[in-house]
Amino acid sequence: MSGTSSDTFLIDGADGSYEMVVGLEVHVELATATKLFSGSPNRFGDEPNTHIDPVTLGLPGALPVLNRHAVELAMRIGLALNCTVQPCTFHRKNYFYPDMPKAYQISQYDVPLNVDGWLDLPDGTRIGIERAHLEEDTGKSTHVGGSGGRIHGSASSLIDFNRAGVPLVEIVGRPDIRTPEQARQYVNELRAILVAIGASDAKMEEGSMRVDANVSVRRPGDELGTRCEIKNLNSVRSLGRAVEYEARRQVALVEAGERIRQETRHWDEGDGRTHTLRSKEDADDYRYFLEPDLVPLDPGDEWIETVRAGLPPLPAARRTALAETTGAPADGEAVMVVVDRDQDAYVLAVGEAGGDVARALVHVKEAYAEQGAEPTVPAADLAALTTMEVAGELTATQAKQVLAEIVANGGGDPAAIARDKGFEAMDTGALEVMVDEAIAAQPAAWEKFCNGEDKAVGALVGAVMKASQGQADGKAVTALLRARRG
Amino acid sequence: MTAHDVPTTAIDIAAAVRAGIVSASDVVERHLAAIDAHERDVHAFNRVLADQARAAAAAIDAAVAAGDDPGPLAGVPVALKDNLCTRGVPTTCSSKILDGWRPPYDATVVTRLAAAGAIAVGKTNLDEFAMGSSTENSAFGPTRNPHDVERVPGGSSGGSAAAVAAGFAPVGLGSDTGGSIRQPAALCGVVGVKPTYGLVSRYGLVAFASSLDQVGPFTHTVADAAAVLEIIGGHDPMDSTSIPEPVPDLSALLDDGVDGLRVGRITDLPTGADPDVVERVEAAFDALAAAGATIVDVEVPAFTYGLTAYYLIAPAEASSNLARYDGVRYGLRVDAPDTNAMYMATRHEGFGAEVKRRIMLGTYALSAGYYDAYYGKALKVRRLIADDFARAYERADVLLTPASPSVAFAFGDKTDDPLAMYLCDTYTIPSNLSGHPGMSVPFGTGAHDLPIGVQVLAPALHEPTMFRVAAELERAAPPTPAPRMIDVAVGGAGSAR
Amino acid sequence: MSDDERIARETVAKVSRLARLALTDDEIDETTAQLAKMLDHFADIDALELADVEPMTQPYPLRNVFRDDVERAVLDRSEVLAQAPKAVDGRFEVPPILGLEES
Ligand SMILES: [Mg+2]
Ligand SMILES: [Zn+2]
Repeated sequence: MSGTSSDTFLIDGADGSYEMVVGLEVHVELATATKLFSGSPNRFGDEPNTHIDPVTLGLPGALPVLNRHAVELAMRIGLALNCTVQPCTFHRKNYFYPDMPKAYQISQYDVPLNVDGWLDLPDGTRIGIERAHLEEDTGKSTHVGGSGGRIHGSASSLIDFNRAGVPLVEIVGRPDIRTPEQARQYVNELRAILVAIGASDAKMEEGSMRVDANVSVRRPGDELGTRCEIKNLNSVRSLGRAVEYEARRQVALVEAGERIRQETRHWDEGDGRTHTLRSKEDADDYRYFLEPDLVPLDPGDEWIETVRAGLPPLPAARRTALAETTGAPADGEAVMVVVDRDQDAYVLAVGEAGGDVARALVHVKEAYAEQGAEPTVPAADLAALTTMEVAGELTATQAKQVLAEIVANGGGDPAAIARDKGFEAMDTGALEVMVDEAIAAQPAAWEKFCNGEDKAVGALVGAVMKASQGQADGKAVTALLRARRG
Repeated sequence: MTAHDVPTTAIDIAAAVRAGIVSASDVVERHLAAIDAHERDVHAFNRVLADQARAAAAAIDAAVAAGDDPGPLAGVPVALKDNLCTRGVPTTCSSKILDGWRPPYDATVVTRLAAAGAIAVGKTNLDEFAMGSSTENSAFGPTRNPHDVERVPGGSSGGSAAAVAAGFAPVGLGSDTGGSIRQPAALCGVVGVKPTYGLVSRYGLVAFASSLDQVGPFTHTVADAAAVLEIIGGHDPMDSTSIPEPVPDLSALLDDGVDGLRVGRITDLPTGADPDVVERVEAAFDALAAAGATIVDVEVPAFTYGLTAYYLIAPAEASSNLARYDGVRYGLRVDAPDTNAMYMATRHEGFGAEVKRRIMLGTYALSAGYYDAYYGKALKVRRLIADDFARAYERADVLLTPASPSVAFAFGDKTDDPLAMYLCDTYTIPSNLSGHPGMSVPFGTGAHDLPIGVQVLAPALHEPTMFRVAAELERAAPPTPAPRMIDVAVGGAGSAR
Repeated sequence: MSDDERIARETVAKVSRLARLALTDDEIDETTAQLAKMLDHFADIDALELADVEPMTQPYPLRNVFRDDVERAVLDRSEVLAQAPKAVDGRFEVPPILGLEES
């Protein structure tokens, strides 16, 4: 069968194995206030056809004018992906489709804004970036009267042009991905970067980040095989499943002695398969030519360096910094989640307030990760909590409850909350009474424990915890029991 | 004062209206009366905007009465080519595919004219989407030349040229992609200006070929053309190709004369102009020499390749610009069972023969496998032409050529042979390719006593020099005959000055 | 090249599909002949030495023309949809989408 670790993924054939080769094309909508070439709002979720103007609708006589902020965000993306930012031009890509108002898309062709960069995955693999170019989005078609909103069998389609003209950057990755896990990591890492630099909200579920995968298979070391492009990947999970399914499908074809046809395929989340969307055999003829309504864009060194200097620290660097401070592994779950949710600065602030960053990392991962928002709890409060916990004044369970209270109130003194809840560290006398009671109540367990069956301690500790309503420190109880055994 | 005393030039009308000597309403009524009397013979308009014009005139008159500044073109009637967007007013491009479409916005030039107090009196006929040189390619029937209604007015801005020649409005706006202002101006005996590419905003001009299109005026006089260009020209942030500079002052230079200017004669100019036209151009050289200009010989070897470069580049851009007429958002739709069939049927039904021919030619020139041989090569020839002009302009301040190879020709003369029609633009096309300004100035008559125009060409943004030369030619020109469809007693729109 | 070699009928038919113009057989024949004649005329530039010539796409050399990222007034939806051949529920309606490329 096949390997499952992130660094090898081979698909067995009758006579040796195959590797998958994946390159991802990612379209991201830029977080501008307005569209790429007009002043209509760039906003998701409003009433259809309310963000329209002569340019958006491709009305006769309308002319595009380039949004400076969109260019700047595209430059941020290029620089964050280690690209060369260069003088560039816009082309028309001509094709007819009802959600494409002018019957051409203004895009970049032979000379794009950003070229030749890379993205390092958390596992250390470097994925090349061929280009990241600016282009305009299309409108949205809704197919009605058919089954399940599919295009085939529909009675008609309805077009909303709110999305038409929204600025996109298309990030074309090189075919350097070899495993489903790397594909997932690539998209997660890219999304983290895009959010960190404020270029996009990069939400796959809302379509502000759209991923297409080019998949082929080959014997390791061979030339690239014929690739298929997979569309409709609406989540990172779908992406991983789809590329794995597609690679296996291709291996099966090759093993059966069949030819792989270059085509576009559609991922069906329901049946977990890819299906032919259209064949590339009658290749499109987009009749690209230089857009005469726009002039060349030359960002110039000064602008490029200003944008570069304004870039915030990227997620990878922040993970390294957080890992160094907390002692947790840089690619461990806690560090990944906390940086992904933009909470690393907060954890570090807890450290600065005199708290324990390792404990804070765990708390933030648990308490704030789900919220995905800035914590409203003062770092000093969390610092005080971690200090009490490390000093043994609160058990882990108690600390969790205190934190929940602090979060609910937007802050608070953990010592006071602990007092209110009666979480005073239990005095040893009271604990010893409870231990005695537990031994008396469970003589069989006590005997087993005394005979060296360490596992039997669980029942005794459990009884103490129950009697103390969770306020006893489990470690302290175990220590007492061991002491009694002698 | 009666309507009969309304002046005939834009400058005089505006001066009279601003001074309260003539009311804008009188001006408008006088022109609506001329339209009423002769439009059925000329067919200059796709639509006359009588009510709108009367309302605008009343507003101007109210402003004058209130002591407010009604603007430098106060009360001046303007005929707008029907490829300029006018809010709420049908804008058809003389095509079935846009029949009935009411734009939700105004072209920048329309906004600027209105702000200056000018009054739109109608939308004028054109060759469909400005593709043609005779205004015969209109879905709504041809416009006739006021000087001989059996003949074409030229094109594609034939409606605006005829409207001015016929006295329907002292100012017309046209668009010039390969000569579409200058050639009809020549054939109708009026002044027509194609400005430097980028001097006048294209926002709201329905695109034919984006890298060639320019809006410009038709007028009776060079001074009027200067006054209008000063209003419509200058930077527009809505057009990325708009030159970020104010329009140069033209009106102040018109009396400066041509003493010391170098006027170039292109020795390798393509032949094919009729003898009467050649004779008038020679007379123009003589007149300028007599006024103190130096005549110099220059060569523009690539001039002759302009036609080929143009008829590959313009259709290529047009094939893309006209792809938006797909029956989805506005205009004509021919119903069909699926969207692709709807596209095919709508575009087949909505476009006329010449438009389809150019879309085919342009699509072909851009398509895979042919781009380099046709479109790509044409762009290089375009560079040669611009370079040749640049060399010629080192030796000459302006160049003089015919505007049209012939006087107005009869209907149907060239409709069977597209190439014959294309040759009408031999002398005007190269300056569209280079982006340089050019204008046609009436300079006497030729065969059948029909008007002939001389073309003045200048380097980019050298409109001031071009206008100085044009003004000198105007001073030296024999009077243009009055249009024959006009009752001279009512009109007097024929001769300039 | 002679007229009939200049452009093939099949090419013209393919171009008409690309341009979404439903030409009849007769129209394709006629267009083939006309395009051939024009292309023949346009062969005058074939002899030019153009290898070192930079293509010229725009007449006036501008660069870096921008607008600020500031909202402007949008069009009124009902005014716009009133112009549409067919509109339903605030959207433009088209017949089923077949035979088109989704990109
Ligand atoms: Mg792509
Ligand atoms: Zn794209």
